[in-house]
Formats: sequence, C-alpha cells, structure tokens
Amino acid sequence: MLAQQSILRLDATAIDYIIIALYFVFVLGIGYLARRAVSNSLDFFLSGRSLPAWVTGLAFISANLGAIEIMGMSANGAQYGMPTVHYFWIGAIPAMLFLGVVMMPFYYGSKVRSVPEFMLRRFGKPAHLVNAISFALAQVLIAGVNLFLLATIVNVLLGWPIWVSVIVAAVIVLSYITLGGLSAAIYNEVLQFFVIVAALLPLTLIGLHKVGGWQGLVDKVTASPGGSEQMSAWPGNALSGFSNDFLSVIGIVFGLGFVLSFGYWTTNFVEVQRAMASKNMSAARRTPIIGSFPKMFVPFIVIIPGIIAAVIVPELAQFKATGSGEVDYNDAILLLMRDLLPNGMLGLAITGLLASFMAGMAANLSSFNTVMSYDIIERYVIKDRPDDFYLRTGRWATVAGTLIAIGTAAIASGYSNLMDYLQQLFSFFNAPLFATFILGMFWKRMTAAAGWIGLVSGTATAILVFVLSETGVINLPGQGASFVGAGAAFVVDILISVLVSTVTRPKEESELVGLVYSLTPKEQRTEVRLRGDHGWYRRPVLLAGISLAMTIVLNIVFG
Amino acid sequence: MADKKKAGAFDIRIVIATLVGIYGLVLTVLGIVEKQPEIDKAAGININLWGGIGMLVFTAVFVLWARLRPIAVPIDSEPADE
Repeated sequence: MLAQQSILRLDATAIDYIIIALYFVFVLGIGYLARRAVSNSLDFFLSGRSLPAWVTGLAFISANLGAIEIMGMSANGAQYGMPTVHYFWIGAIPAMLFLGVVMMPFYYGSKVRSVPEFMLRRFGKPAHLVNAISFALAQVLIAGVNLFLLATIVNVLLGWPIWVSVIVAAVIVLSYITLGGLSAAIYNEVLQFFVIVAALLPLTLIGLHKVGGWQGLVDKVTASPGGSEQMSAWPGNALSGFSNDFLSVIGIVFGLGFVLSFGYWTTNFVEVQRAMASKNMSAARRTPIIGSFPKMFVPFIVIIPGIIAAVIVPELAQFKATGSGEVDYNDAILLLMRDLLPNGMLGLAITGLLASFMAGMAANLSSFNTVMSYDIIERYVIKDRPDDFYLRTGRWATVAGTLIAIGTAAIASGYSNLMDYLQQLFSFFNAPLFATFILGMFWKRMTAAAGWIGLVSGTATAILVFVLSETGVINLPGQGASFVGAGAAFVVDILISVLVSTVTRPKEESELVGLVYSLTPKEQRTEVRLRGDHGWYRRPVLLAGISLAMTIVLNIVFG
Repeated sequence: MADKKKAGAFDIRIVIATLVGIYGLVLTVLGIVEKQPEIDKAAGININLWGGIGMLVFTAVFVLWARLRPIAVPIDSEPADE
C-alpha cells in the first residue's frame, strides 16, 4: 500500500493537529456523558428507546456515511462520474422511505430488540440463527474495512505505520462504545455528521471554483478519458458493466435500486437499530424519512469532489488515462485536500475523514454487540441470567468485535476498489434477507422452514455468482456482478421460499399478529399521536412523499 | 414521558454548537491573518475566513434552537390542535 514517504502526505501543521485533537476530546467526552444514562441493557443497546427523531434520523445516515461511503463513493465518482448518484437517488432514498412508511411499524410495533429477533418471532430458530450469525460476520468484516481505511488516512497524514494507527483508532472507538453504548454511538454520529459536512462542503466549493464552476467541470470531464457520459446519471453503462443501455437501466433499477438497496436499508440492523432507539412509533417511522433529506444531498459533497479530483489532480488524471501510477481512485478525496486546502481547513477536513471512519466502525460494532448479546449469547449460549450480565456481555462483545475487526482489516487491503468488495458482501447477506422479510411480512402462508431454507439458498446463489464472476465464467466489469448476484439471490430466495411453503405447515395465525401485514390490525400498524408528534411536518407519509418528489426532480435535473 | 429525562441528561445540540463554535473561531482568526500563497492554493478564496464565519453562524443557529426548544420539556411545546 502507501509508502511512508507518500506523495499523498498532507502538509499538516500544529494548528491542524489541534483541530483534530479537539475533536477527539469531544468524542470521548460524549462517551463519558452518555455513560451516566446507562443503567440497564436496554439503555446500552437501544438508548432506552428515548431519542428524538432528528437525532436518530441524522445518526441513521451518519452510521452509513462511514469512510467506506466517502472514500468509496468519491472513488466511484472519479472512476464512473455521475452514474454513482444512483447509489443515493435510486438506491438509498426509495429504500429509506419504504422502511419508514411500510416496514418500521412491524419493527417498532412488535417491540423486538433487533432485526434477527424479528426473524425469530416470524420464522423461528433456524432462520434466526442463520440471520444472526451472518449479520455478526458481515459487521466485523465491514468494521475491518473501516479500520483499514482509517489506517490508510493516518498513515498518509502522519506517516504512522498502518498497524499503530489501526490499534489507536480501535481503542478510541472501543472506549466510547463500551462506556456509553448506543447513545454514545448515536450522539457521536450526529456530531460526526456536522463535522463531515463542515469538512467536505468547503472542499467541494473550492474545487468547483477551481475548475470554473459547473460548466467548467462539464467541459473538463467531457474532454477526459470516459467522456461526456460521465456527467449524466443514466444509463450508467460503465457503472453497471452492461454495454446495452436498456439492460444497464434494468440492472441499476432492479439490481442496485430494488434488491441491493432495499436489502441494505430495510433489513440491515445497523440502520434499523437507530430507528429502534427513537422515543415512539411516529419518531421511529420518521427516522429514515428525515434522514433521506440530507442523504439526497450527500452526493454533492462526496461524488462531485471525486469527479473534480479526476480532472484537476495530475496524478489521478494520469492514473485514469493510463491505468497505472502512484495513486488510485480511492485516493481522490485525499489528493484534492492536499492540493486545495490551506492549513486550518486542512485539519478540519482530516478530522472529517477520521470522524467518518469512526462513525462507520462504531455503527458496525454497536450493532454487532447487540446481536451478539441478545440474539446469540442470551438466546443460545448462556440463558436466563440477570440483565446486568448481558450488559457486561455487550461490553465484552464490543472488545471481541474490535479485535476481530483488526484481523479483517487485512482482508480489505486486498481490493483496489473497496466499494466493489462491499457490494459483494451486501449481496451475500442483504439481498436474500430482504426477499425473506418482504415475503414473510406480506404472505402469512410462508412457513418457518421456508424462512431459513430460502435464506440459505439465496445466500448460496449470491456466493455462486461471485465465484463465477471471479473465475471469469460471467464477465461483467464495474459493479454489474454484484447487481446480478443480488438479483439472482433475491429471485432464488423467493422461489425456494414459495416452494417450501407449499409443502410445509404454516404457523398459527394468532402467533403472527404484529408480524404479518394482513393479520395486524390497522391501529397497531399506525402510530398513536403523542405529544410532540403534531404538525403536518411530523407526519411520516407526507414527509416521505415530499422526499420522493425531491428525489425525482434531482434524477431529472442530473439525468 | 418518564424516560425522557434520562436522554436529556445533556443536550447534544449544545455539544455540537460548542465544537463547531471553537472551530469557527480558530478558522476565522486564521483567515484574518492568512498569507497570500495559502489563499492562492484554495483557488483564490480565503476559505478559512469564510468557512470560519459560516461555522459561527451555524453555532448561533444551534444555540438559538436549543434555547427556544429546550430538551427538558417535550420537544413540541405548542398546543396539540390537530
């Protein structure tokens, strides 16, 4: 990877270090303050279900705005250009709205403490165990990616060896989560959100000014390798890997938009956990919907800098033209910071990147420890202990998760475009999960056996597609392989689940109240308006409609 | 609303405003004493100055919000008239 004397070395001075250090003082301070609020395991794992919607809403997107998102999406921006916005406008937003409007009532209303626990109540133990274990595994893998990215940043900046920065970063995240649990993670995520915006917005504005405004950017990108199609989002052939425009649009809408993103945003406990921490049903439903508003503008401060970097940073432009050089796409943001930011703002930008790394990793660990404690240990390993035993278990699970993540950081270092690697992971775990959830929520006939068999066969399909594309049997460059893998996993999961359901016995209808749409009375699916939920701007469905309309406008303007 | 007190042990808005406020002050001062080469690096914009001022404005808005809607009472104190 990067040498100690890297050409990426940022010219940081004392003032930059002061800005960075100040941030860490605040992060640990929040961990300490949040600790006072933790008196039982529900406080630790779900913040006592007490947080207001704007806090959980910002945490909802911040948990995802990790280093992976920032480095990965700016890398995608540098490589593919505007089609990368599909991850936001076709991918994230519709799925987040769907979660808030349709699925959250079941999650929050059934009072389950985790997504796997919903699985347990709907499908029983085998499906629960499959889900809990695959989720825990995915989280430590992804935490490893976040850790590796942070180490890269610190290595570039300070010249610290990778392993030293991995350990220092791990210790900081570990201390505030073990202290304050989910509250500390969520409050820090809100703080991180603002720091990340404060860091990236100026960078984007200066970059745009430097290339001569929007028109200047269009001209420069049109003249660069890849040409003008990088400035329009559709049909995005380079991103999907399909040469046919029609197939590309289908691949993006169905593979990325429907299966991958719905799978990710609606069943991923890292995200859903933020909503579960909110104070009531209305706030829980509003969490992803409020989050969707800032989310739709994130591409402008993440993807646009990537595109700018690819045309104004000489090393990156050379890499794009020749495919070789000392840098690669993952360095886009760092290169832009190096070239444009004066000391002071540079320190803030570095802080933003460090913050985003920690947001991602803390989110992974705080959901990992919940699933480990509630779903695996309490359910299968050490049952019926007093609550404070599981609180302690949660703290130790965090420590264990951090140690494993240090190991998985090594796996992440093997991939040049980290986003490719993550999409692979998501297609393994999330696409079949979404298929099982959606079928289980809307089809009361679906049986317990169908739950776990569908899940296993869907995941197996995704792995098969991954192996076929790695060995060259299927040839899709870009991220097409994971779109196809996710789509295939989804279809196989649905088919197998339906087949198995027809030959096995369904659960009693009385056991499915609150879990299946047709068996849940309307009052249980909608929120009772409590104090603090009034006003048209607090109505989940209306807010979701506004968000959707804005996203459609963005798609048209930048299509 | 008994569980609200616990979450309100501290107000995250004040914490955010404090951090961003300190950043704003530091950057504004840096911006005022900024030398020309640094300004040229950022395409001719004194980004420390403008960024710092922006953050101070943000801080003021957050403090105002926290003052107007303190966390101890339910977030929405207007009458429930719907």
